[in-house]
Amino acid sequence: MLKILKYSFFDLMRSRWSYVYFAFYLLLGIVLLFLNNDLSKAVITLMNVIIVLVPLIGTIFGVMYYYNSKEFTELLLAQPLKRSSIFLGQYLGVALSLSMSLILGLGIPFVFYGLFKSTAIWDFSLLLITGTFLTLIFTALAFNIALSNENKIKGFGYAILLWLFLAIIYDGIFLMTLILFEDYPLDKLSLVGTMLNPIDLSRTLILLKLDISALLGYTGAVFKQFFGTNFGLIVSFIMLTVWVILPVLRIVFKSMKKDF
Amino acid sequence: MKTLIIIFSVILMTSYTHASQIEVCNTCPISTLKEAIAQAKDFDTVFVKKGTYKEYDILVNKPLTIIGENYPVIDGELKGEVITITSDNVTIDGLFIINVGTSYTEDYAAIRVKKSKHFVIQNVVLEKLFFGIYLEKSSYGKVYHNKIIGDAVEEYNSGNGIQLWYSNHIEIEHNYVEHVRDGIYLEFSDDCIIKNNISAENLRYGLHFMFSNDDIYQDNTFENNGAGVAVMFSKKIKMLNNTFKENWGTASYGMLLKEINDAEIIGNTFEENTIGINIEGSNRMVYKNNNFINNGWAIKVRGACYTNLFIENNFLYNSFDISYNSKVNDNVFDRNYWSNYTGYDLDKDGVGDVPYRPVKLFSYIVNRTPETIILLRSLFIDIIDFSEKVSPVFTPDNLLDNNPLIKKVQW
Amino acid sequence: MVSIQNLHKKFGKNQVLSGLDLTISEGGIFAVLGPNGSGKTTLIKAILGMVIPNKGEISVLGENIKKSSNYRHQIDYLPQIANFPSNLKVRELIKMIKDLRQNTDEDKRLIELFKLEPFLDKKLGNLSGGTKQKVNIVLTFMFNSPLIILDEPTTGLDPISLIRLKDLIQTEKAKGKTILITSHIMSFVEEVSDEIVFLLEGKIYFKGSISELKTKTNQPDFEHAIASILTDNHA
Repeated sequence: MLKILKYSFFDLMRSRWSYVYFAFYLLLGIVLLFLNNDLSKAVITLMNVIIVLVPLIGTIFGVMYYYNSKEFTELLLAQPLKRSSIFLGQYLGVALSLSMSLILGLGIPFVFYGLFKSTAIWDFSLLLITGTFLTLIFTALAFNIALSNENKIKGFGYAILLWLFLAIIYDGIFLMTLILFEDYPLDKLSLVGTMLNPIDLSRTLILLKLDISALLGYTGAVFKQFFGTNFGLIVSFIMLTVWVILPVLRIVFKSMKKDF
Repeated sequence: MKTLIIIFSVILMTSYTHASQIEVCNTCPISTLKEAIAQAKDFDTVFVKKGTYKEYDILVNKPLTIIGENYPVIDGELKGEVITITSDNVTIDGLFIINVGTSYTEDYAAIRVKKSKHFVIQNVVLEKLFFGIYLEKSSYGKVYHNKIIGDAVEEYNSGNGIQLWYSNHIEIEHNYVEHVRDGIYLEFSDDCIIKNNISAENLRYGLHFMFSNDDIYQDNTFENNGAGVAVMFSKKIKMLNNTFKENWGTASYGMLLKEINDAEIIGNTFEENTIGINIEGSNRMVYKNNNFINNGWAIKVRGACYTNLFIENNFLYNSFDISYNSKVNDNVFDRNYWSNYTGYDLDKDGVGDVPYRPVKLFSYIVNRTPETIILLRSLFIDIIDFSEKVSPVFTPDNLLDNNPLIKKVQW
Repeated sequence: MVSIQNLHKKFGKNQVLSGLDLTISEGGIFAVLGPNGSGKTTLIKAILGMVIPNKGEISVLGENIKKSSNYRHQIDYLPQIANFPSNLKVRELIKMIKDLRQNTDEDKRLIELFKLEPFLDKKLGNLSGGTKQKVNIVLTFMFNSPLIILDEPTTGLDPISLIRLKDLIQTEKAKGKTILITSHIMSFVEEVSDEIVFLLEGKIYFKGSISELKTKTNQPDFEHAIASILTDNHA
């Protein structure tokens, strides 16, 4: 698997898309710092951008890579290699190169701006960790979509739909549900609703950091335990990990059964 | 004229010669404070040497100066009130009072001043107390540089740090109060100055006052109190340069204003509170040059607030800047700096070219269904907030800052 | 060498292989023939483990291939359409495949044989179809495995390279290896193969030598023999 990972990774590293992605983050970081003149404010803006953009790029890039490397995959399949290593290797190759573009692209301008001397360093690390988690999750989801759809256009369509659903529509439905059932105790429901969507989950992590004062204004005991202690942070990270593991398991499972 | 001076100096000299000093120590002829007070004449000075004195119900009924040297301990042994002052012109300085009695029927205090004037209480340390310093119908006094450290756990069986009741013209300065019920409590007390105090980690309010007019609060720090600071039913208050920090919780505010009229709130800092200022039924107030940093809600307007002016404040990184629960607005927001402002300044005059709308639709939704707070910062919420910004339906449409500043306000 | 029992494979509603039995003994050249869609490529991919059968068993060199990938060390496979990652250079591709399988020096001889030196530093995306096929052949023949599977090996080759390929196949046969070929070029099949396997509608219609086929169909030459099978069954 490590060999496949190595080749996928280097293959991607020399493809111009990684550079585009890297350059995009570099630019975003520089522009935000330049416009805000303030590290903490730039980090906050970035958080809002990251939780929406990283999933989009992760899904699109994942699907694209899968379809584009079909030949490579078939070449590998005829070699004495396990299927799971081939697909996990490719998946990790994509996810890691995307994460690296993210970390370096954002990290470089912020480090030059004096991140290490700033109090925003923890917020920024949380941002990068969340971004990496989201990349891992959405690349895995993209691979799942691509593995299940031979048709490229259909695959892309589903990928965009998935992003649209999790980034926007889900929250709309979520909000409607909460308002409709406002007469009932809702704190458990709202927490469960958050857990079921990785974008919301990452948002929660960021809320814990930025909006703890507002969150603690709510009365529910479950809420209070979740946001008032480290419990929320731990549960969120566990759930994010589960969100990585489940789609990855499905990649392994699906790839075992697929014909090429 | 000359004769007048002579008469004055004669009076001064006689009073000086009359005033004598009394020493109290564990091995002295006078070994208790009570004995010393009994023997002292008016305007005497009682020096209390280092040591432990197990006494309570000490009544100071003549004008005396009681000075502790190296913080002698007055141990009330939890039996009742420790010092009660009933005379004018009393000074208490440098005592360490512990173990005030706790009662459900009487408010025992470490030091109580009753119907007296011109008193000074300074450099006193209070620990294991019920009530700390209790001023009752007293005026023209000074409470200066005291340290009050309680160990309150429950509201019902704990008392307040510094309490004023029908006491006017009092100066409360440089005190430090923590872990009591209310740090500083004023009721029916006018023309007081409360300055440079620190009130932290108290069970209920850092500062609590009701029916007290024309008071000035200045340079105080209120931090991490159960419910922040509550200011109610008062007029013409000045609150200047105070800091309200980390008051977190469901019913917790940096400051709660209820039925306050004609007050000035200038130069204060509200940082990391669940609600920076909660305003209810308050009119003709001026909010100027305040910093609202990282609060859940910088300002929550609950209704019946008219002709208030919010000018040149900094709103930095609050989850919500302003929350309104009605569609009517009669308050003015002008020339504030909003970190959430996304407009531009093409003519470079330091004022944004598009007005800022500080009330978000989402804050209206959260008011209605509090659980929806979990959707804060969601893209969907940003979208509906944007549409509300373009054409307000649920929020007051004249609630605008027409001159949002591009750079932080400095003063 | 390879034994297949009761192999079934369905793609959606399309039954491609239905109860195929085949035994290929060690040594010699076997040609798998059949009309379009008869399941030739599916059969080969099933042997390679790229297509998962619905039913049936396949064993290569006595080892059941289900849930195993190691047996592929014993197989050299030449895929039908030479599609390679276009970002890679020829040299890197060869190096990578060696890295993934095992090291060998045979590639140098083969590169020389097919005159590939000028292309070594070119990206695979920029190569012509014929050159790609040559690279494909190098990748296949550089390992010394007992079973060689060639799917349409002649595609895009110029006459000289074709002759070299035939020589190569004969040398490998002489080493006692088993070679499995599919091709549409009947003359090529006739020239190289010892035995043919004819697939029709997912089953083996005929297995034996070319002369046996001619006798069976009463046709003087191989091409007509094949054609007669098809007309008999489809007309």
